Amino acid sequence: MGAPQWAPPCLSGRKRKNVTETPLLELRGITKSFGSVQALTDVDFEVRRGEVMALVGDNGAGKSTLVKCVAGTHTPDSGQIFFDGQEVHIHGPRDAAQLGIEVVYQDLALCDNLDVVQNMYLGREEHDRLQRLKEPIMEQRTAETMKSLAVTTIRSIRQPVATLSGGQRQSVAVARAVMWNSKLVVLDEPTAALGVAQTEQVLALVRRLAEQGLGVIIISHNLHDIFETAHRITVLRLGRNVGVYERDKTTQEQVVHAITAGVPTKVAGIASTAAAPA
Amino acid sequence: MTTAGVEIVGQDTGPAPDDDEQATGLSGLLHRATADIRSGNLGVLPIVVALVFIVVFFSFEATNFFTSENFGNIIIQMAGTTMLAYGVVFVLLLGEIDLSISYVAGIGALTVAELQQPGTGPGLSGLIAMPAAIVICALIGSVQGGIVAKIGVPSFVVTLAGFLIWQGVIVYRLAVPGSITIQDRWINYTGSYYFSHFAGWLIAGLVVVLYSAVSLSGVIGQMRAGIAVKDPWSIAVKIAAVAAASFGIVEICNRASVQGTPLGLPLAAVIIVLFLIVLTFLAKRTTFGRHVYAVGGNAEAARRAGINVPRIRVIVFMISSVMAAIGGIILAANVNSVDTNFGGGTLLLDAISAAVIGGTSLFGGRGEIRNAFLGGAVIATVSNGLNTANYNPGTIYIVTGSILLLAVTLDTVARRLQMRSGR
Repeated sequence: MGAPQWAPPCLSGRKRKNVTETPLLELRGITKSFGSVQALTDVDFEVRRGEVMALVGDNGAGKSTLVKCVAGTHTPDSGQIFFDGQEVHIHGPRDAAQLGIEVVYQDLALCDNLDVVQNMYLGREEHDRLQRLKEPIMEQRTAETMKSLAVTTIRSIRQPVATLSGGQRQSVAVARAVMWNSKLVVLDEPTAALGVAQTEQVLALVRRLAEQGLGVIIISHNLHDIFETAHRITVLRLGRNVGVYERDKTTQEQVVHAITAGVPTKVAGIASTAAAPA
Repeated sequence: MTTAGVEIVGQDTGPAPDDDEQATGLSGLLHRATADIRSGNLGVLPIVVALVFIVVFFSFEATNFFTSENFGNIIIQMAGTTMLAYGVVFVLLLGEIDLSISYVAGIGALTVAELQQPGTGPGLSGLIAMPAAIVICALIGSVQGGIVAKIGVPSFVVTLAGFLIWQGVIVYRLAVPGSITIQDRWINYTGSYYFSHFAGWLIAGLVVVLYSAVSLSGVIGQMRAGIAVKDPWSIAVKIAAVAAASFGIVEICNRASVQGTPLGLPLAAVIIVLFLIVLTFLAKRTTFGRHVYAVGGNAEAARRAGINVPRIRVIVFMISSVMAAIGGIILAANVNSVDTNFGGGTLLLDAISAAVIGGTSLFGGRGEIRNAFLGGAVIATVSNGLNTANYNPGTIYIVTGSILLLAVTLDTVARRLQMRSGR
């Protein structure tokens, strides 16, 4: 796929520098229902390389469902998913991982009794033909990954995860996600349980991921965090995309208004600011 | 974009840097050891101290306790229970329980007894009967584990049912003969074979060479990967300790004799150490072992990481049953027979106590195979000592129970200390 003939309707009326670049992830017209509950209705969504895209919305707006469609936990009823310009069908977490999509869930999914290295390689241990673990290689690569992400607060990568602080644990979970040549990292409420300094630490890590060229989707309720990290903000309301905002050209009030009273629209040019009069 | 917050990472309130980290050599080793003890990270220290205390106590209490003959006795007495306890460690690592092991051990013993029986039975060699018993018990384990892992019935209930069912099978099969005498020499060897003095030394030497080779290859691997070798001294100390223990044990065993016939290193000792090494390797150095710890620590995390959790559970219950079968064969060989009471008494609770006394957590994810070895040694030594010193048999239960309670209490307190110093 060369230069895209199509641009997301919500963006086509806006001036953007990189509008011709193929987005890393592109969802078109995603619809998903659970029985009689319509979780997502005709949602468009995109993330570019090197971009932090925030996904916000009230409880039940469909954020988690949308992310689960990307992660392969759910399969959309209709709509298309493009990754790197290719249409893909993601039928399970393994498909997602194969494409280079990694999800860091809210409850982290770390094993407290194992150390940092063991958690980083959980389920993907380096081993020889006799299933013997190659500890030195794993330790070395973990150290390299931590260094490249500038995660410097963890004293020893051989200490059990149980002894780490919340921010350090989140760093381990994020580092694990990016260790596998992933191209897109999805972070579900990464700062929900953290203190101020630890939140800063994790947000800095998120920005570094984008600087390294990864696409990042961050789900959060905390608008302060989002305005500090995200390049763009997609607002979902009642299962519909009600606007995509440039962080630099938007105020928190506009986003709050969209979250609580945004009007879904697919008409080109109206998205964001038009739907949310300042 | 603003990157003002990037440099702030260093401000996290992690554990304060520790000066001991940099200390090397023997003094650093001592430093770390004392720091570990202060923070509640006791390792196997309490159990080793307890064992020494028990040995010293009974040496004064009974004249015929601290003899080389009795040392060999204790090894043979602990072998069966320790085999069961090795399997228990794997089950406890998952946070599950296996109550069926004592009677699965009975099934293993019954199988070899029936298969070797000349005349009324097939009269097979023990070399065929023993693998057959192990296969049958592995099947039992896979059925019990399958019900736990695939259907989701709690392991307590599944294995409690197994406890009753396998006891029933033993009583049913032995109702008429009452007991079967084991005549096959291979089976009886597991309980009563002694190596010659020279073979004993050879085995001790082999153990030391293998242990050194494995330790050093680990160090070489670390150096190749450019990782700082943590403490060369602790490796040297460990090799020295293994050498002292191996040659010491063989020396003591070689001094024993019964009515003028010299004894030597019992085969049971080699079996205990062999399984200690093999199972420790399985638990600590293989992907399977790593996944067992992961499932025990956080089953949901393990599942999300792509680990086949039901498969791990089934295999662990199979290991538990196989170790029970091996233990059962040794226990039967000790008395050269199997009767309707086999697998009863305190066998089940001794095996679980052995694993727990050694420091294996009942809640999963924490424990090591050597815990079962040390716990088995404590239980066998206490019961041997109390018997030798002519105490009332009731005392054995009271003392074993008290040690169990003390060990778990100590471990709980130590863990709390650890949590406090860790965060």
